[in-house]
Amino acid sequence: MLWGVGTTATLAGLIVAGSRNLAHFDAALVAYTFSVLFATFGLTYRYSMWLQRPPTGLYWSRGWQAFLRPRRRFANLRSWLGRMGSDVLANRFIFRRGPSRWLTHMLIMWGCLIAVAITFPLVFGWLYFRPVVGDLSLYEAVIFGFPAFRFPHESATAFFLFHGLVWASFAVIGGVMLAIRRRMRDDGAAALQRFGEDFMPLILLFAVSVTGLMLTVSYTWMAGHAYSFIAILHAITVIGTFLWLPFGKFFHIFQRPAQLGVAFYKDVGRLEEAAHCRRCGHAFSSRMHVEDLILVQRQLGFSYEIPGNTAEHYQWICPPCRRASFAMAQSVLWRGRRGGAALPTQAGLLPMPTPVNNGLGEGPLGEEDAENFHP
Amino acid sequence: MAVPAQLEFFLDPSRCIGCQACLQACTECDTHKGQSMIQLDYLDRAYSTQTAPVVCLHCETPTCAEVCPADAIKRTEDGVVQTARKPRCIACNNCVLACPFGVPKMNTRMNLMMKCDMCYDRTSSGLKPWCASVCPSQALAFGTREEMMRLRPNARPVNAFQFGLQIIRTKVNVMAPRDWPDEVVDVTAAMYEPTIGHDMLDDIFVNIGDEV
Repeated sequence: MLWGVGTTATLAGLIVAGSRNLAHFDAALVAYTFSVLFATFGLTYRYSMWLQRPPTGLYWSRGWQAFLRPRRRFANLRSWLGRMGSDVLANRFIFRRGPSRWLTHMLIMWGCLIAVAITFPLVFGWLYFRPVVGDLSLYEAVIFGFPAFRFPHESATAFFLFHGLVWASFAVIGGVMLAIRRRMRDDGAAALQRFGEDFMPLILLFAVSVTGLMLTVSYTWMAGHAYSFIAILHAITVIGTFLWLPFGKFFHIFQRPAQLGVAFYKDVGRLEEAAHCRRCGHAFSSRMHVEDLILVQRQLGFSYEIPGNTAEHYQWICPPCRRASFAMAQSVLWRGRRGGAALPTQAGLLPMPTPVNNGLGEGPLGEEDAENFHP
Repeated sequence: MAVPAQLEFFLDPSRCIGCQACLQACTECDTHKGQSMIQLDYLDRAYSTQTAPVVCLHCETPTCAEVCPADAIKRTEDGVVQTARKPRCIACNNCVLACPFGVPKMNTRMNLMMKCDMCYDRTSSGLKPWCASVCPSQALAFGTREEMMRLRPNARPVNAFQFGLQIIRTKVNVMAPRDWPDEVVDVTAAMYEPTIGHDMLDDIFVNIGDEV
């Protein structure tokens, strides 16, 4: 709660400072400002609640520890820039899920980012344009109260800049169309999707984009016909979307960067000691990860401890040996009933189970799975 | 849509003949096209032909979902633990390492955990999951409890498993002998059990009339 109040107050302070004591604050946009302030509170509150979950809190701090590790900070910063570019900006991992999904996400993501980059500074009074005294063919952009750059108002720069939200709307509408198409045609998506989780965000984005475009249509080609009504309609859709940010699918925008922390955590794990399965003796994952999971499971109230057993805790058993143990537990129930005979007990560690088929699509899903399942 | 309450999954790994039909059929599932989610292992390749098919058992309190830092794994109202939600999964590998049955797979290139979701597109329409629909030995079976009790007069379903001090209850059942006196299958007690050798005559063919 305190974090929520603090972040919201900070943003409110920046709005006052950036608009020079509200001198350049557009009073007509006050509803947008308050909806953003409310969304900021909601997002910070939900984020801090999310961090209170034992696994989230642990891996969040572990991610930062891994990133800020002494003597690796420069290398980490370089990796961070690389991962930021490939994962966050270029969505490489989504491309691997499917090119059309990638195109859908890129259109929606970049459309929203462009729209946010334009509208938020305008709404907060951080950005405004003024004619240049002495040369009325020029406009000057003022950012945070400081003159930034000038451009002719009959130029391509002006055309692209002043219609930035139109381009953003086209991108978002295209992305939403592709997403809806997939959700209507894909049987797998149809089985799992939920209205609130999967359709509502798309409907909101579509509504924001279309009502925004209607404003441009009204003042460009319809002499401002119904402009006030469309402006109110647009405000309702935008404010509704902001208020929805902390609750539904949009929250992944703020949650998702955690994958960068996970990547650094895994980097550290690979450099350090591996965990060894206490049934088959093979390396799997890192010792740090296994010990962290034991801690998290205890915090969550799970008791996978095995008193009197050399394994001590079930977390020290690798995934294939877990499957083997489960299968053997069921087999043992049928011993002496279905025939077959137990092979002689072998001294020491047991052989590691191996996937029956390592073919494409049948076995582990990649390098990391190969480590998990040591085929 | 939800999985009809009277339809249940029954797993009997000791009936598995390792034919891999389940692996192939699993790739047909619409929710993970072209990729099998079933885990089928040789337990001791050098000495035994015993194979273990393991699907997600859909725990009542799923450890995978609890240890997920991104809150990406959801359990539906009808008890099916779904594969990771794509926008949320951050590929941390926690679920893969923590699942007591060793079920989830990690697709690091896609930053995505994938697991069996009991063919939710099919089962929520009342159809059998792909694996159960093709398994010739019915190590993987899907139907009503009454049907199973009638077809397998020597067996009964159990859905509680012990891992050290932890007991996990699941939506999926495994088949135990009908006169087995307990209610909880102790997995960790069997952790170091040697595999079953099939060079001995397996009497399921002798007593074929007893158990189909």
